[in-house]
Amino acid sequence: MRREPPQKLGDYAPLFFPAAMLTIFFVVPFGTMIAVSFFQRLQGGFYTPAFVFDNYARFLSAFFGGVLGFSLFLAVTVAICCVVLALPFTYMLTRMSRKVQVVWLVALLSILSLSEVIIGFAWSTLFSRTAGITNILVALGIMSEAKALTPSFGAVLTGMVYQAFPYTVLVLFPALVRLDPTLTEAARTLGASPLKAFFTVVVPALRNTLTATLIMVFIFALGSYLLPQLLGRPQHWTLSVLITDQAIYQSNMPFAAAMAVFLVLVTLGLVALTVIAGRKGEAA
Amino acid sequence: MSGLALQNVVKEFGSFRAVNNVELNVPHGTFVCMLGPSGCGKTTLLRMIAGLDLPTGGAIKLDGDDITHVPTHKRNLGMVFQSLALFPHLTVGENIAYPLRIRGAAKEDQKKRVDELLSMIHLTGYADRPVAKLSGGQRQRVAIARALAISPKLFLLDEPLSALDAKLREAMQVELRQLQQKLGITTIVVTHDQREAMTMADTVVVMNGGEIRQAASPIEIYRRPADSFVADFIGQTNLLEVQADSAGRVEVLGQPIAGLALPAGASKGTLSVRPEDVHLTAPGAGALSGKVTFVRDLGGTIETFVDIAGRQIVAVSTPRARPDVTVGQEVGIALTPDVCVVLKK
Repeated sequence: MRREPPQKLGDYAPLFFPAAMLTIFFVVPFGTMIAVSFFQRLQGGFYTPAFVFDNYARFLSAFFGGVLGFSLFLAVTVAICCVVLALPFTYMLTRMSRKVQVVWLVALLSILSLSEVIIGFAWSTLFSRTAGITNILVALGIMSEAKALTPSFGAVLTGMVYQAFPYTVLVLFPALVRLDPTLTEAARTLGASPLKAFFTVVVPALRNTLTATLIMVFIFALGSYLLPQLLGRPQHWTLSVLITDQAIYQSNMPFAAAMAVFLVLVTLGLVALTVIAGRKGEAA
Repeated sequence: MSGLALQNVVKEFGSFRAVNNVELNVPHGTFVCMLGPSGCGKTTLLRMIAGLDLPTGGAIKLDGDDITHVPTHKRNLGMVFQSLALFPHLTVGENIAYPLRIRGAAKEDQKKRVDELLSMIHLTGYADRPVAKLSGGQRQRVAIARALAISPKLFLLDEPLSALDAKLREAMQVELRQLQQKLGITTIVVTHDQREAMTMADTVVVMNGGEIRQAASPIEIYRRPADSFVADFIGQTNLLEVQADSAGRVEVLGQPIAGLALPAGASKGTLSVRPEDVHLTAPGAGALSGKVTFVRDLGGTIETFVDIAGRQIVAVSTPRARPDVTVGQEVGIALTPDVCVVLKK
């Protein structure tokens, strides 16, 4: 089938609806947010139109810098954990029979139907002293007494990895299914053990997919604000938690908007860096 | 014994027997073509020799050592896949160096060997190109060079030339055979193309239904097929039913023909005669007679289709011996015993 470039204005018609939707529900609110980030805050939760940098200036403090740093660190860690866990898992899954694949994929999809709140409370119960998994370890004689594993960084990480894992598998799955299975077989006939074949053939051949998946999980994890509160201490709170706090509880919209804009800029910057680094690696 | 030995090898997938009690000895340095229709078990057999599939029963021995359960990566073999399986993220040179790199060879040695192999496959100077930029024939050569990089004990190829166009395929067959003779390496090729097998092999192994039907030199397979499947699968042939008459002579379509003998103990059989061995004569002069139904003049060869009592026989002749026949004409057919093979029913 030959595709011709659109000739008349009418040929662009299929684009009108999505374009309008994107404008109304994404561009306009985002524009509003950028505008509000420069507004002047009034006492009592209101603000007036202005053009001041106060909100950004306030953000550039050690405290908020630290929170931003921690948010990025957490998101990167979640992304790396997810990909490291999901890659071998998905690789095995693609080599199983159709039936087994369907069972696993349905199970993973059902995790997606759980809300963040349910995931958070489920894990906080599992990590609790009275009803948590440590009781099983005690019963097995591995631990001497049950203890609480939450709130802690590990608990936040576990919850977020659990939440992002199904997305990671679903993104990796098509690429791994398409990967020619004879590539690993060829590597084995050429002298690579199955493990070596995985690291010298499967991983490098999927480099672009892996980069894309890392970025996706990273952005996904950056927006998480419930799990850090449910499973972590205040020092494990992400910038998203603070933005919510400022916007809803402190009624400081301009400052919340400024933080949100800053977060978006930093994220875009990091993604751009990753993409550029990926291109350079490819050219070399 | 030096070389490869398959002893009573069996492979079952569930209740399906893909390979059934295969016995085969491949002396060192031999070129073997495994030939058969799709689903005959030839690829499964090759994958078991490579260690990619485990046999359900039997043993595989290489130079006297039992390698049945040795993992693929410790077998020191080279294999070319139907899809070629070149690594897309590596350059031509890196692909060829892969087996050396995996074995921890020094960088200079890798480079030296890659240059050697590239000149062997006539692709000197291609080391830094990405494999995606190569033509089909060039990729084929790179896959062969990669498989030969460590000078393997066994060189296995699974339908290696099937992706190439006809002309290139024929050229590569000759090239592959010459390469194998130069290196003296034990080689096993799986193919469904009998021309390919005839061109390259020292030994042709004809398989069907998971069993070896015949393993012999190409010319013996062609001249002395073991059964009607082999006769029909290798080249073109005319198959006619034969039986012993009351006097013990062999009868073809009701006509006794002197000099033929049925296999011991059988009263019926199948006669195979190659089209180029069928000679047309004047009506009544040959052993059989029939009517010409079609003449296909291809320039280089002329095929005459003759109907004898409802059975069709094809005779092939060269333009020099052009038969002077037209459709509808009565002709005789001469069958000399030395070109006829009587096969077990």
